[in-house]
Amino acid sequence: MASEFTMRVWRGDISGGEFKDYRVEAQEGMVILDVIHTIQATQAPDLAVRWNCKAGKCGSCSAEINGKPRLMCMTRMNLFEPGATITISPIKTFPLLRDLVTDVSFNYEKAKSIPALKLKAKEADGTRRMYQDDVDRVQEFHKCIECFLCQDVCHVIRDHEDNKPGFAGPRSFVRMASLEMHPLDEEDRREFLKVDAGLGYCNITKCCTEVCPEGIHITDNAIIPLKERVVDAYYDPVVWLMDKLTGK
Amino acid sequence: MANDKYETHEYDVIVIGAGGAGLRAAIEASAAGVKTALICKSLLGKAHTVMAEGGIAAALRNVYQEDNWKVHFRDTMRGGKMLNNWRMAQLHAQESPDRVLELEEWGALFDRTQDGRILQRDFGGHRYARLAHVGDRTGLEMIRTLQQHAVHKGIDVYMECNIQRLLKDGERVCGAFGYWRESGKFVTFRSKATVLATGGVGKAWKFTSNSWEYTGDGTTLAAHVGADLIDMEMIQFHPTGMVWPNSVRGILVTEGVRGDGGTLRNSEGKRFMFNYITDYFRAETAETEEEADAWYEDKTNNRRTPDLLPRDEVARAINAEVKAGRGSPHGGVFLDIASRRSAEYIARRLPSMHHQFKELADVDITKEPMEVGPTCHYIMGGVRVEANTAATTVPGLYAAGEVAAGLHGANRLGGNSLSDLLVFGRRAGLYAAQYAQNLEGHSSPDDAQIEQYAQELLAPFNNDGGENPYSVHMALQDCMQNLVGIIRTESELKRAQTEIASLKERLAKVAVEGHRQYNPGWNLALDLESLLMVAEATTIGALERKESRGGHTREDHPGPDPDKYGKINLVLRRKDGEFSLSEEPLPEMPDDLKELFEESK
Repeated sequence: MASEFTMRVWRGDISGGEFKDYRVEAQEGMVILDVIHTIQATQAPDLAVRWNCKAGKCGSCSAEINGKPRLMCMTRMNLFEPGATITISPIKTFPLLRDLVTDVSFNYEKAKSIPALKLKAKEADGTRRMYQDDVDRVQEFHKCIECFLCQDVCHVIRDHEDNKPGFAGPRSFVRMASLEMHPLDEEDRREFLKVDAGLGYCNITKCCTEVCPEGIHITDNAIIPLKERVVDAYYDPVVWLMDKLTGK
Repeated sequence: MANDKYETHEYDVIVIGAGGAGLRAAIEASAAGVKTALICKSLLGKAHTVMAEGGIAAALRNVYQEDNWKVHFRDTMRGGKMLNNWRMAQLHAQESPDRVLELEEWGALFDRTQDGRILQRDFGGHRYARLAHVGDRTGLEMIRTLQQHAVHKGIDVYMECNIQRLLKDGERVCGAFGYWRESGKFVTFRSKATVLATGGVGKAWKFTSNSWEYTGDGTTLAAHVGADLIDMEMIQFHPTGMVWPNSVRGILVTEGVRGDGGTLRNSEGKRFMFNYITDYFRAETAETEEEADAWYEDKTNNRRTPDLLPRDEVARAINAEVKAGRGSPHGGVFLDIASRRSAEYIARRLPSMHHQFKELADVDITKEPMEVGPTCHYIMGGVRVEANTAATTVPGLYAAGEVAAGLHGANRLGGNSLSDLLVFGRRAGLYAAQYAQNLEGHSSPDDAQIEQYAQELLAPFNNDGGENPYSVHMALQDCMQNLVGIIRTESELKRAQTEIASLKERLAKVAVEGHRQYNPGWNLALDLESLLMVAEATTIGALERKESRGGHTREDHPGPDPDKYGKINLVLRRKDGEFSLSEEPLPEMPDDLKELFEESK
């Protein structure tokens, strides 16, 4: 059942580094993260990797496997031909710390800036009523495990460091969509989306949707509806006139 | 005296650990107006709470009007085989509905009833459908809601910062000392009050549902400063973990599968749980398959299916079936929902399980049964706390969540953990803030002490040519799995003690390669100190408790001993590097609560 692989793993830090090859035997059912752990236990105890749950629930072990952004814990070794060389590199969009670990603080900084939920008043009986049909579409966004693979693959920031200050990225748009579409929310985030979050930079190539391990339809269900809201607010002459008249 | 050698931060309250309990504590402390820091060893939002699946137990009465805090209280105490701290169980049952509704105010979106309220699902040991949930990813919803709330409140968060020692000023805890994973550099936090919310200990066992973080840090930090630990022998083996492939063995399969209609079968296709109904639960458990199946729809006229007996009962039953040769091909039993519910229903109610089995085991749970077996999941024992305030026995130190003990007694009911985090996380934050506000003067950690700690933490770098920490960890996991597992016996526990002692000697000689920056080998060498201390404490308790109760089963003492061990906590105190053990009586339950158990026996 066991097969041997060559794991070509990036080793190094900001001062430089290189790919190193490790020959590893993979047992039946193993995932990439198991093999990385085997390397740690037997060949390179200081190999840096970030992980927590090893069950696809925490989104910590993002990496680029043969160039494709994926979770290491949800990538089975039987996807590869026995004897193959598999390249593991850190996600590219964020600054390298060491080996497979990157500094993802960009995402946490963006999260701080998003206007929070503002719920309308409770029902007369003191309860909150929401119906399953109304929460379904928001629950899709709440599935996000913050693996930041969508941020990694987004070409607005992947090769354009200078875009980072003015662009929040797909993960943030999913979060903002979840707030905007919350059945009881009454905050208006349209200006924030346009001006601060740089929603207009996204040209809906759907790369983010393709890599989402939770299968969230990031582009179709989050980003495009947000773009429509912004367009309605800024370019609809009726809305524009109403805003002028009501002083919004 | 400021030690300016190491980066130093000063706060009123520091919270160590950022799962549900830590986040809730930090939110409460910050809301009380004290300067609060949240310190976690992973990134924010990755703590173990994120893995919780089935739901939050709270008597909201949205599905069953008959439910109320007294029923929840009674279920919790009986599930814990009456070893629980009654006052904690009471507060928990009374306050959890408010804590769940509060999450909704902060943005959580639970699954809904037809009339637009929070839906509740069935779970083991709960008399009524009681668990507020979001499919089978309730923990993710909870941690993200708390995380975002904390972020919007502007609480300072220190991520990937691993606390290794608590600092003391006389008898009082006055801060913490640890290292940044990113740089390996040391950092000191000075605080007036400190909350431990570090979670559990499962990484001492080989097959566990726990993540790498569960190394018993808080238990060990508390023991080091002389805080009482209680009932460390009470370990929960969740009955349903994955058993195949080997590399994923232990990953959790939610109790929600059984809550939503799934049933356990052996290799003969029999629903064997009917053979394992103990006298303790006989009166409230269905005796026939017909009654068990009817119970899902009509709880008034039928009794609960034995598939949903408390976890300790189900785990022992599975263990016995496998031992009797009626297990599944990979050493578990079958958990079947495919033949009992529609594919559409399964995919909607249990999306993560569907995904997990498909991706990791090539099993489609809408078409075929799962193979499952017990996995180390939770520790009921831990740091002793005062029920109302979550204060430990050391001034200035509080504890909440899995690291604290008392609420769950000898066995925790599913769904009672998430509510525990909220109820006692809030209380710990509140009373820690009060303590800080009432404290006069400044704390002054001992600089020489800090320097000694720094040297201790760097020691593994000086052991040239020593053993690799990973091999010590694997040896410990084998030891605990084989000798301090579900079924225990005196001779094996004594062997475990000998092995743990020799592992301590091996740990002292462990060597790490490379430098301090993000070095998992070094980090593990330090975590092993906690893991070994927890292993030692659990084994001492397990040897001493000569009965079987909840999460502690002795082959050589198969029944409960209500006259002796049913009335005591086993208390461990550490002094000069050694544990001492004492038996102390359980807090006495008031008469009006006692009546709840007499009337409906």
